[in-house]
Amino acid sequence: MADFSYVRTEIIPEREPPASTVGLVGWLRNNLFQNLFNTVLTIISLVVIVALFLIIVPWIISPTWSAASLAECREILHALGREGHYSGACWGVIRDRWIQLLFGFYPSDIYWRPILAFILLVVALAPVLYSEYVPRKLIWFSAVYPFLMPWLLWGGSLWVPLMIIAGIALGVAAHMMAASRSNNMFGFAVGVLVAVIWWLFLVAPVSEALQNIAAMGIRGVESRDFGGFMLSITIGVVAIAISLPLGIVLALGRQSDLLIVKAICIGFIEFIRGVPLITLLFVASTLLNIFMPPGTNFDIILRVIIMATLFSSAYMAEVIRGGLAALSKGQYEGADSLGLDYWQAQRLIIMPQALKISIPGIVGTFIGLFKDTTLVSIIGLLDPLGLSNAIRADSAWNGIVWELYGFIAVLFFIFCFGMSRYSMYLERKLQTGHR
Amino acid sequence: MKKSLFFGMLATAGIAAGVAAAGTLDDVKARGKLNCGVSTGLVGFAAPDANGEWDGFDVVVCRAVAAAVLGDASAVEFVPTTGKTRFTALASGEVDMLARNTTWTFSRDVDLKFEFVGVNYYDGQGFMVPKELGVASAKDLDGSTVCIQTGTTTELNLADFFRANNISYEPVPIETNAEAQQQYLAGACDVYTTDASGLAATRAAFESPDDHVVLPEIISKEPLGPLVRHGDNEWGDVVRWTLNALVSAEELGITSANIGEMAAAAGNNPEINRLLGTEGDLGGMLGLDAQWAVRAISVGGNYGEVFEKNIGENTPIGLARGLNAQYTDGGLIYSPPFR
Repeated sequence: MADFSYVRTEIIPEREPPASTVGLVGWLRNNLFQNLFNTVLTIISLVVIVALFLIIVPWIISPTWSAASLAECREILHALGREGHYSGACWGVIRDRWIQLLFGFYPSDIYWRPILAFILLVVALAPVLYSEYVPRKLIWFSAVYPFLMPWLLWGGSLWVPLMIIAGIALGVAAHMMAASRSNNMFGFAVGVLVAVIWWLFLVAPVSEALQNIAAMGIRGVESRDFGGFMLSITIGVVAIAISLPLGIVLALGRQSDLLIVKAICIGFIEFIRGVPLITLLFVASTLLNIFMPPGTNFDIILRVIIMATLFSSAYMAEVIRGGLAALSKGQYEGADSLGLDYWQAQRLIIMPQALKISIPGIVGTFIGLFKDTTLVSIIGLLDPLGLSNAIRADSAWNGIVWELYGFIAVLFFIFCFGMSRYSMYLERKLQTGHR
Repeated sequence: MKKSLFFGMLATAGIAAGVAAAGTLDDVKARGKLNCGVSTGLVGFAAPDANGEWDGFDVVVCRAVAAAVLGDASAVEFVPTTGKTRFTALASGEVDMLARNTTWTFSRDVDLKFEFVGVNYYDGQGFMVPKELGVASAKDLDGSTVCIQTGTTTELNLADFFRANNISYEPVPIETNAEAQQQYLAGACDVYTTDASGLAATRAAFESPDDHVVLPEIISKEPLGPLVRHGDNEWGDVVRWTLNALVSAEELGITSANIGEMAAAAGNNPEINRLLGTEGDLGGMLGLDAQWAVRAISVGGNYGEVFEKNIGENTPIGLARGLNAQYTDGGLIYSPPFR
């Protein structure tokens, strides 16, 4: 019988892990001071961060909220013994002009209209964005909202949006009539034609006549009075809402077997992607003016919205095409084998998957589009950046830069960060665990 | 090539618009509003206040025309235009007139088919340098870095001036005046050059304006004035004589304070009587009523009052009259007689 005295017969009692690997110290060692290189990087970063804070925080903490001009800000800071160009921010300009930065020149007694439009936008988006939390019936409101929003913002006769909705009804009716006599395709074409003719030529006189019979409406607001964030959001929301469906159609068109459809879609996408947005905006603001007969009043904001929409829909089409390309051939074949036609297959099988894959790209395009709305300041529309220039032209605020840009940046960040977080939520929600 | 094509297109548009819209005066009257192109914001000349009301030296011209034609100084739709969109906005008929610190040059007048109706501010390009640089003349600026706005006449003037004096410089291109201020204060350039009025406004906004000097040389002529399209002389006359009315009012001693009294009944000075409509029918010749000039002058007073209120020596910008004094005081401001 061998003597295995070196074999333990009892388990060593558990001990605490070494102090250097747990808690704050352990985390620091693992993440910040792992080796010499990381330690040096950490120290450099810390120094930079602290230095930045020491500059920025005192600048932000500046008791100049009530100042009425830049000179007054400087007096306040001077009285505190703070001298120099960057000794403190002049927040008086924000107090004086924040409403203008939000609403532009919109008449101040009807600010409730853009505010209401914005709140209703959230309500209208809820069934689309958070479908599981809200009643399904709310989707009807979402369908009406695209007609409600322009009416709230621009005002005018209530008959105009009603007649535009009537155009859809007319188109559907014409489609039914024609489709029952001939084939479906012909009916579709007739329906679209009737609706377009109605919108282009008949909406204005009919709604004017109805307005004369029974006046219903609110005060009209000129497009020139739009400005600030209201303008950015209006352009951004409309362009986003239209560019997604348009992008889907273009992406499908590009993959189509129909030669002409395919050629048109490729031509459109490549042309738009090959031109900078500024060029398109200049076309909207100046070239269209030249080509249209003098005296034509084609709303400048509408022109800009159309250009921004076309621009982002081309990008959207390519993003979605990426999603389509990521689907395996088996999905298409599976749809075919179930006997689904083209549109059923797209609606039930292809698009749900392709769009899910494309979410990051789609939201990225949205965010880019929203930020691109600031380019309209180049053609003389007073978006937040254009307004910041106009505010500086007031001799009381001439020379103020960072306060205005900072305020605008914070607001833009809130919107863009919100969109980005939502897209991450959506990705998690739609994650079906196939990978 | 590209440029000439663009200008050609502008010119064609100008002709087309001029022909089709012959009768701007009637259009404005029918519309009940004057569409006036202004700058998107230039200190002292055009800026919206916190309530969105436009004010400034150029803006008063718009309001005076609106008051003369429509009887209401607030019947103006201000259309902010940038340096890039202003001429198309006018040529295409989007605006009826442009009062946007625009330099009267040969090519703009002749090639772009516009009509400058007068000059409301004689400007010129100057230089600003930090005092510590110890420069007394622009000719000492050899080898300096110069902040300059791109795409403006100032850029071309600068090149001309340095070439003519055979000295070298390094341009720092910037887009806006605000950017120029930051760059200049941060020391990215030794010199900032733009119109002298702009330099004064910029310098006034500095923390310590006394550390910076505006050099004595003025290297260009920048007569700024309102303009209209070629081909509609009746409308051009209305704008021209509205501006002249403001100028004449100063010369004749008509101010916002005494105009009510002077316009009430004919006085001893026949020219004042003709201007204010108590004698003769100058308004009728313009297609307006007799009180047109009274309303125009009542908007912001005579030319001198408008100058003092917006850009004069008691404002933060603090411009002296200089070239913009009446000819009787040695300046260039001169109105043809009202006769």
